[in-house]
Amino acid sequence: MSAVNPAIEHLHEPHHDAPPRGITRWLYATNHKDIGVMYLVFGVLMFFVGGLLAELIRSELLTPTMRVLSPEAYNQVITIHGLVMVFAAVMPITTGFANYLIPLMIGAPDMALPRLNNWGFWLLPAAAILLVLPWGLKLLGIGTGTIDTGWTMYAPLSIQAGPGADFAFVAVLLLGLSSTMASINILVTIAQQRAPGMSWLKLPVFVWSWVVTALLLIAVFPALMAGCVMQIADRHFGTHFFSAAGGGDPVLWEHIFWFFGHPEVYILLLPTTGILPHILATFARKPMYGYKAQVYSFVAIGVMSIIVWAHHMFTSGLPAGVEIYFMLSTMAISIPVAVLFFCWFGTIWRGSMTFETPMLFALGYIVLFGIGGLTGLVLSDAAADQQYHNTYFLVAHFHYALFGGPIMGIFAGLYYYLPKMTGRMYSETLGRWHFWLTLIAFNVVFMPQFLLGIAGMPRRIPDYALQFAPLNMVSSIGAFLLGATQLLFLYNLARTVFGTAGAPASARVWEGSSGLEFTLPSPPPFHTFSTPPVIE
Amino acid sequence: MNAVTEPHHPYYIPRPSPYPIVLSAALFLLGLGAALRVNALAAGWWALGLGALLFAYVLFRWFGEVIGESRAGLYRAQEDRAFRWGMLWFITSEVVFFASLFGVLFYERNIAVPWLASFNAAHTSWAPFSPWPHFTAHWPNSGPAGTPFEVVNPWGIPALNTLLLLSSGVTVTWAHAGLRAGRRLQLKAGLLLTVALGLTFLGFQAHEFAEAYRDLGLTLHSGVYGATFFILTGFHGLHVTVGAIMLSAILVRAWKGDFTPEHHFAFEAASWYWHFVDVVWLLLFVFVYWL
Ligand code: HEM
Ligand SMILES: [Cu+2]
Repeated sequence: MSAVNPAIEHLHEPHHDAPPRGITRWLYATNHKDIGVMYLVFGVLMFFVGGLLAELIRSELLTPTMRVLSPEAYNQVITIHGLVMVFAAVMPITTGFANYLIPLMIGAPDMALPRLNNWGFWLLPAAAILLVLPWGLKLLGIGTGTIDTGWTMYAPLSIQAGPGADFAFVAVLLLGLSSTMASINILVTIAQQRAPGMSWLKLPVFVWSWVVTALLLIAVFPALMAGCVMQIADRHFGTHFFSAAGGGDPVLWEHIFWFFGHPEVYILLLPTTGILPHILATFARKPMYGYKAQVYSFVAIGVMSIIVWAHHMFTSGLPAGVEIYFMLSTMAISIPVAVLFFCWFGTIWRGSMTFETPMLFALGYIVLFGIGGLTGLVLSDAAADQQYHNTYFLVAHFHYALFGGPIMGIFAGLYYYLPKMTGRMYSETLGRWHFWLTLIAFNVVFMPQFLLGIAGMPRRIPDYALQFAPLNMVSSIGAFLLGATQLLFLYNLARTVFGTAGAPASARVWEGSSGLEFTLPSPPPFHTFSTPPVIE
Repeated sequence: MNAVTEPHHPYYIPRPSPYPIVLSAALFLLGLGAALRVNALAAGWWALGLGALLFAYVLFRWFGEVIGESRAGLYRAQEDRAFRWGMLWFITSEVVFFASLFGVLFYERNIAVPWLASFNAAHTSWAPFSPWPHFTAHWPNSGPAGTPFEVVNPWGIPALNTLLLLSSGVTVTWAHAGLRAGRRLQLKAGLLLTVALGLTFLGFQAHEFAEAYRDLGLTLHSGVYGATFFILTGFHGLHVTVGAIMLSAILVRAWKGDFTPEHHFAFEAASWYWHFVDVVWLLLFVFVYWL
């Protein structure tokens, strides 16, 4: 550009440094930190909504016989629990980390497309409202409540389900749009906004984990969106995509869902496998072990996760050859996952470790997610899975994988970055209580479920045979403890964000921390790296 | 980064903007309206109407703001690159969307239908118990319970439509050449031709759909064939519509004197989109109409 238009000076306002005042700071936000914080707040809030639903489930299952919920309501509660936890809690929180941290980590002034960023965020509350609105409508006497098919929304059940299913499919469309926009923004930011000298193989591991996550989202979410359109068409416009009467096939939906669904579990997982090594290195006071191995593993996991989906369909009647392929490819994924474990161990090996709350959660992650991964290998045996499929063994597996992985990782990340974001230390005592109680309660909830599953207790059933009673009671009591423990976390969070009790945090926050984000004051100013730092 | 050729300037971070959240609200209303409407609840019309109005209004304002910023010279090389890559990734997600629809077509035709028919195979022991003993695997097919229908002749309207869309790809490229060479008349004429070809395509497509319903008995209810036929051609038509709207907006801007030979990302974005829609059509012609 040769001549500079005078209007530029006028429009260049955003560079003075104070955040805008009032509620519009959040509603109209274009600042990556504000948008990141909104994602985090929304995700944590929805984590508690999903948790409340989980407590309802466990209350019903505390004893045999129906006490708390009707069978219809029970099905709706498990469905919304799953959808909320996956799409409205974990994904927004990891996206919040991405928005807050990526520009700081790569020395960028902001995300590349700030307005798109805000749009992506505000689609989430819209989708969440659509998910639960049918309950509200039912109170008004309209419809039968929300979707009750389980989060996998299998046809033909989904075709026969009440109006709540339409709300859910529309909600998934909005969620897909939101994730696509967020991913585009993240990819463009990482590709275009890096500070001079920040080459691809100098990117922090967390940034790399998001490169792969965002690529995965773009590669699979549109398929689910197409599937949702077909579901609505089958439900209301007379098509037969998923109905044999018209030559279609309900198994096609399973393929579409899991083509998305399996990569989705890595979409949930990867960002936390990105945060983990930073935390381990910090508290082991050692450089991260195996940076390149981790990056290549992320890429390998990303690619492989797209070609293993039918391990969720071993009992759907696929030809034997197909099952064997999906069995072997699924088992092969554990190789790059094992490489990550190896690097985590390598990072803490002979380190001078201290056990602050983030480190405790990071170590808990390794143990619990380890159990999740190993039981995944058990399930990936197509023959054995005939027995395990749709039992509580599966439920236990994916809770070790999803709570043990992403949720533990999120706690680790929140405690790790909270002082950076707020400028104040959280209460270490409360943090440790939170960790130990969570670890114990979590195992009390889900360890019995492995045994229940092996004994043959099916999932998604509100009542059960008497021989399952003792272990279910243990599991439910564990769930009440686990739920109550999270209130400690909420209190600690609120106390740090709004209170003045915490000690001020230094720029470096932790003795062993490294990375561009720790060169900035805590909390970082509203605009950072307007002049890019130079990376040697 | 090109630190040598391009002196440092602060990245343009837009001021707080109301449009994203309002656009989300509009999509919420549209989604709500659709969910209510398909369940025959009259309130759905209100939500849909309000949502559509809000949607149009916000897009108009938001793009207006971006155009204003572009005219003010706020977008330089780095912002330009961000837009370009953003658009490319968006088109990539669209590619996945259509690839899934083609995948569905492949699955229904080559896996689902033969699988259903395999229950009738004479050499199997369960053949006498088949619930659909007269069903055979062939394509087109409307399933064991389907009604008869005829398919659209590919060498009629579809072939003509292929010609139209391919020519529109040429005209938009010709317009681009005009823009880059500073020949404004060629730019405007090329765009005008492109939009006209697109609209003609849409007209023919609507005519074809009407004929399918009226004369061929080919409807959404025609089993897997009808379902896959209409979802693929329907979504493609929707994309042509969006592309035509984008190009019309570009045409209006070109008329008002926007765009310079060096600086015209909006034009390029619209033309990339148009080419993408073009390629999808070629695949549609081959796999949906022809083979
Ligand atoms: C080595 C790694 C893993 C292997 C081999 C594996 C294997 C499997 C298999 C075979 C199933 C299907 C079992 C059945 O339906 O009968 C399954 C289900 C599941 N897995 Fe994993 N898994 C692994 C890691 C993970 C991770 C990392 C996550 C999430 C972060 C995860 C989340 C899930 C979920 C949510 C389901 C159940 C979905 C449903 O039916 O509702 N898994 N896994
Ligand atoms: Cu899987």
